[in-house]
Amino acid sequence: MSTQSSGPAIETVGLVKTFGETRAVDGVDLTVPAGTVYGVLGPNGAGKTTTVKMLATLLRPDGGEAHVFGHDVVREADEVRGRVSLTGQYASVDEDLTGTENLVLLARLLGHRKPAARTRAAQLLEAFGLTEAAGKQVKHYSGGMRRRIDIAASILNTPDLLFLDEPTTGLDPRSRNQVWDIVRAVVAQGTTVLLTTQYLDEADQLASRIAVIDRGKVIAEGTKGELKASVGAGSVHLRLRDADQRPLAADLLRRALDAQVQTEHDPVALTARLTAAAGNDSAAGQAARALNELARAGVTVDNFSLGQPSLDEVFLALTGHDTQQPRPGSGHAHDPKDEVAA
Amino acid sequence: MSTTTTTESGELAPVRTDSLAGLLVAKERPPRPSAWSASLTFGWRAILKIKHVPEQLFDVTAFPIMMVLMYTYLFGGALAGSPKEYIQFLLPGILVMSVVMITMYTGVSVNTDIEKGVFDRFRSLPIWRPSTMVGYLLGDALRYTIASVVMLAVGMILGYRADGGVVGVLAGIALLVLFSFAFSWIWTMFGLLLRTEKSVMGVSMMVIFPLTFLSNVFVDPRTMPGWLQAFVNNSPITHLASAVRGLMAGDWPADEIAWTLGWAGLLVLVFGPVTMRLYNRK
Repeated sequence: MSTQSSGPAIETVGLVKTFGETRAVDGVDLTVPAGTVYGVLGPNGAGKTTTVKMLATLLRPDGGEAHVFGHDVVREADEVRGRVSLTGQYASVDEDLTGTENLVLLARLLGHRKPAARTRAAQLLEAFGLTEAAGKQVKHYSGGMRRRIDIAASILNTPDLLFLDEPTTGLDPRSRNQVWDIVRAVVAQGTTVLLTTQYLDEADQLASRIAVIDRGKVIAEGTKGELKASVGAGSVHLRLRDADQRPLAADLLRRALDAQVQTEHDPVALTARLTAAAGNDSAAGQAARALNELARAGVTVDNFSLGQPSLDEVFLALTGHDTQQPRPGSGHAHDPKDEVAA
Repeated sequence: MSTTTTTESGELAPVRTDSLAGLLVAKERPPRPSAWSASLTFGWRAILKIKHVPEQLFDVTAFPIMMVLMYTYLFGGALAGSPKEYIQFLLPGILVMSVVMITMYTGVSVNTDIEKGVFDRFRSLPIWRPSTMVGYLLGDALRYTIASVVMLAVGMILGYRADGGVVGVLAGIALLVLFSFAFSWIWTMFGLLLRTEKSVMGVSMMVIFPLTFLSNVFVDPRTMPGWLQAFVNNSPITHLASAVRGLMAGDWPADEIAWTLGWAGLLVLVFGPVTMRLYNRK
């Protein structure tokens, strides 16, 4: 299509949505370049789903503006609907129908004649490895199969923009990797993808730019590299043999790495957050140096790991507060039934 | 959900990204379906659901049979001398009452779909907006027809004879199904407006029971007090019951038919737009 040539896929200015007293989305500005995967990262209840729903014309914004391929999502909703597709736990398929029936139904609604709809449905089911389950009602599908049929339903017509709202929440690692493969295949054909996720590694794997969203506001935006640099290089997690040695270990780490050190509930565990600015040392280099220091001081380390900054750490670094995970039921607008078996 | 499914993912065939890529290359899109075609497709969905969950036909088979038997034998002797004579008066009326009662399941199915999450996908499609709703109602029209045929068969076994013949009976059923289609827009509205299936049922009962019982379905309104006659004689259900009764008896009750069609038009004009407004705002 002619979409890649001109302008961003999504542009929002001061987007607002309130539910009663809650400002679920509180002035979100986003610019999503066409032809890329754009990650929107944030905890449950941050306003990700509400934002996606407004962009997909399912919710009317209370303030601000949003354009998708230059079309206003309120005034030109129909044009927007013609170019986007949506996959989320709320926009799924009919559980009472079979996989084939669902895809044929949606293909018919997109204007395919019956033979073409059947062909397209069969081809997609084949590509998604669902041929065997094609005649089964979707309510008997596993979590991984559900996600596949949901995505298949969204690409019956190749969309210019695909919204994937937490596509891997609740999936096992293997199913998650397969969803990632699908996303890569979709983007390779020129579709823009807006991906919301709670997992930093997912955004890291797929997205070229990331917006971090918290309490309805974008609190950081940039390429992956920029974002990570703002958070730090990662963390060293340690478990000591002797809890009494922890204060000494913490002190050593603080001095050796110039890092913030957090103690955990577990009396033998501690975490040091590495700063990207610590000379030209790599994260691994810093960690090695730290272990050395501890060994020389006679601190016994039982277990050691070097990790990327977690979402919790990103949040702590960016906002100064933890990711607050509202309990299911207390949230607003959506509270996804996350725990789907895979 | 979690218990039944965990075993399957292990055997799940891999995603074939190469063939997927091939499918995504095709970017031409067929022209959008017409309003009628989209509505019919949604009607087809309703029929598929009946195929997978045939239990849902219970309310258009067992329930109507029960209604005919119950009221024929309960009131027949007292009101018309014998059940056999009473059914001649009752059948068209009980047909109207039962089918109008069945319409309330429309609201429940709309509400269930919202809960289940397929609804937002439909709302995000570039199709004629009311087609989702019209689809429900087309599927339901089929259910109303089934209920009518079932009741008519039971009535005939009990001795009902339609002087209007096949044409009169078909005209009566057609009018009833048409009115029910229009009447159902009240339920699509409540289905969208209310939060739970239970509250939809509750509100539906509150509307349906007085409306269908306070009519000329069971008895001639002349025996009622004046204030009640005023209500009963102007109720759309009374007009509909009189029209169906007339048609099946071989008359052409033009006034009653006109009143019924007028009410049907009014219901669609009022509740259609309200439904669509709620649908777009949901």
